Amino acid sequence: MPAITYIEFDGTEYHVDVAVGNSVMEGALNNMIDGIVAECGGCCVCCTCHCMIDPEWSEVVGEANDEENELLEMLDVREPTSRLSCQVQVTDEMDGMVVRLPESQY
Amino acid sequence: MEVDDHVVIIGASHAAVQLMISLRQQGWLGAITTISDEPHMPYQRPPLSKSYLDGSVEADRLVLRAAETYDKLKVDFKLGCKVTSIDARNKQLNLDTGEKIGFTKLALCTGARVRQLDLPGSELEGVHYLRTMDDVKAIRQSAKKASRAVIIGGGYIGLETAASLTKLGIKVTVLETETRLLKRVASEQVSGFYKRLHEEEGVEIRLGSKVVALQGNSQVRSVVCDDDSHSGADMVIIGVGVIPNTELASEAGLVVENGIVVDQFAQTSHPDIVAAGDCTFHPNALLKKSLRLESVPNASEQAKAAAASLCGIKKAYSELPWFWSDQFDVKLQIAGISQGYTKAVVRGDASAGRSFSVFYIKDQYVIAADCINRPKDFMVAKKLILQQSKIDVAALVDESSEIKKLLINGEQ
Ligand SMILES: Cc1cc2nc3c(=O)[nH]c(=O)nc-3n(C[C@H](O)[C@H](O)[C@H](O)COP(=O)(O)OP(=O)(O)OC[C@H]3O[C@@H](n4cnc5c(N)ncnc54)[C@H](O)[C@@H]3O)c2cc1C
Ligand code: FES
Repeated sequence: MPAITYIEFDGTEYHVDVAVGNSVMEGALNNMIDGIVAECGGCCVCCTCHCMIDPEWSEVVGEANDEENELLEMLDVREPTSRLSCQVQVTDEMDGMVVRLPESQY
Repeated sequence: MEVDDHVVIIGASHAAVQLMISLRQQGWLGAITTISDEPHMPYQRPPLSKSYLDGSVEADRLVLRAAETYDKLKVDFKLGCKVTSIDARNKQLNLDTGEKIGFTKLALCTGARVRQLDLPGSELEGVHYLRTMDDVKAIRQSAKKASRAVIIGGGYIGLETAASLTKLGIKVTVLETETRLLKRVASEQVSGFYKRLHEEEGVEIRLGSKVVALQGNSQVRSVVCDDDSHSGADMVIIGVGVIPNTELASEAGLVVENGIVVDQFAQTSHPDIVAAGDCTFHPNALLKKSLRLESVPNASEQAKAAAASLCGIKKAYSELPWFWSDQFDVKLQIAGISQGYTKAVVRGDASAGRSFSVFYIKDQYVIAADCINRPKDFMVAKKLILQQSKIDVAALVDESSEIKKLLINGEQ
C-alpha cells in the first residue's frame, strides 16, 4: 500500500498506508487524522476535506475538477496545489506523497 | 474517568461512529460497545438512494471507516441485535437476545425509521421502503425485473430514488399528495424546478394524488389513487418521511418531544445518558430555537459534543444546518433552514436550464439558500447567513456582480 504523510497545521505528522483506490480523504479518516472533517463523506459538496499537496507531488496528483474548483475558489486560504482530498484517488505512484492540512479544519 | 468505565452506544451509524472516534480523541480510556439491530458494519446512508441504488457504487465503498480503524479504536460491535429496554436505575440494557449489558454511560444514536403507510396491499411483493442497506439490496433485486416503478412521496428521498431508477432504464411515476413537490421544505421556485427536471428526464409527476391501495396477486401490479386512477407498477417505493426512534428513551423516563430532548451539549435529562443524530430534539443558538434534523453533518457534529460530555468536557453544538441532494446531473446544496422566510429571491434563471439559487430572506437577512448546481453560491450563502448583516437584494440577484462581494470581507 502506498505510504502517505499527512502534516497538520501545527506540524504533527502522520505516516500511514492508504489502500489504492481509496481517496486521500478516506486515508485520513481511517487513521483518525483530525484535520480532515469531510462532512459530506466524499460527495464533493462540503469543502471540509481541503488539503495542500506538496508541490513535488502535484504533477502525480493532477488538477482539480470543475466542481471542486468552484468550492476551492471560495476558501479563505487557497494554495496553488490545494485539492479536495475526497477527489484524489490514491495510486501506486503516490507512494511517499506528502499532504498538508489547513488550520481551518480543526 | 476510570479504565473500567464502560460507554455503550445504541445504534452504529453516522452519529455512533463519530461519537466513538471523538471519545478516544478526548481521552476516553474505558471500554466502548456499540449495539446495532442492523447486521452490517457502519455504512454511509446518503448514497443509498443515489449512487448505490443506481449501481455506480457497490456496498464495499459505502463503509464509514475501514475495519482496522475500529480495531485501533478498541470498540466492540454487537450487530444484529436490538436493545429492547433501558433500565436507567440499574444502568443496564436488555437485548432481544435475552442478554443484559451494563453501562457506566450511555449514548443514544438510534436515528429514525421510515413512517409506514397502512395501505391495503402493502404486503405485496415489490413494495419497499428505503432506509437501510438491506432495503436497497431488495430494491435493486426488484429493479432487475421491473419496467415500471411508482414512488409514493415527492420528498428528497423519493425524488432521488426516481432519478436513480430512471437511470436504470425503469419508467417511473411519482405520486405526491400535496400540490407541489418538496412542499414542506422548499420554495415554489425549487419545487417547480424539480418537477420540470424530472419531466425532462422522462419521469411522470402526479401531484394531488392520494394513494388508497396497492393491487396485484402476490406481486404488486398497480397503485390506486383516491380519484380511482390506476398506475401500473412492477415495484413501489414508499417515501413518506421518518419517525425518530425515541421509544427506548421515553420508556426509560427521559424527556422526549419530537425527538429525545437534549441540551447544546447533547446531554439528555438523565446525567449519564447523551444522545446525538436524527433522534434528538436539540437547541440551536444560531437559529434561536429547538429542532430535530435529519442530516449527516448534524449527526456527526452533535456526536462530537456528546462524546465531550461523556468525558466531562463542555463543547456546545451549534452549527448552521446544511443538506444536499443529487438527482440526475443536478447537485442541490441547502444552507440554513428556510422556515419562516418572508421573501424568496432567485439568482439565475429558475425557469430554464439547471443552474440557479434561491435565497430565503427574513426581515432583510438571508436565513437560508437552495443552490442548484452552484457550489460557489452555496459557500457564500453559508457565510452570508452567519455574518447576519442586512442584505442588498438587488446585488444578490444581479448575476453580473460577483456574489463574493456581498461578504463583509469579500474584497480580500
Ligand atoms: C436514502 C437516504 C438518503 C439520505 N441522503 C442524505 C443526504 O444526501 N445528506 C444528508 O445529510 N443526509 C441524508 N440522509 C439522512 C442521513 O442518512 C441521516 O441523517 C443519518 O443517517 C443520521 O444518522 P444517525 O446515526 O443519527 O441515525 P441512523 O443513520 O438512522 O442510524 C441509527 C441506527 O440505530 C439503529 N437502532 C435504532 N434503535 C435501535 C435499538 N433499539 N437497538 C439497536 N439498534 C437500534 C438503527 O437500526 C440504525 O441502524 C439520507 C437518509 C436516507 C435514508
Ligand atoms: S468530503 Fe465533502 S467535499 Fe470532500
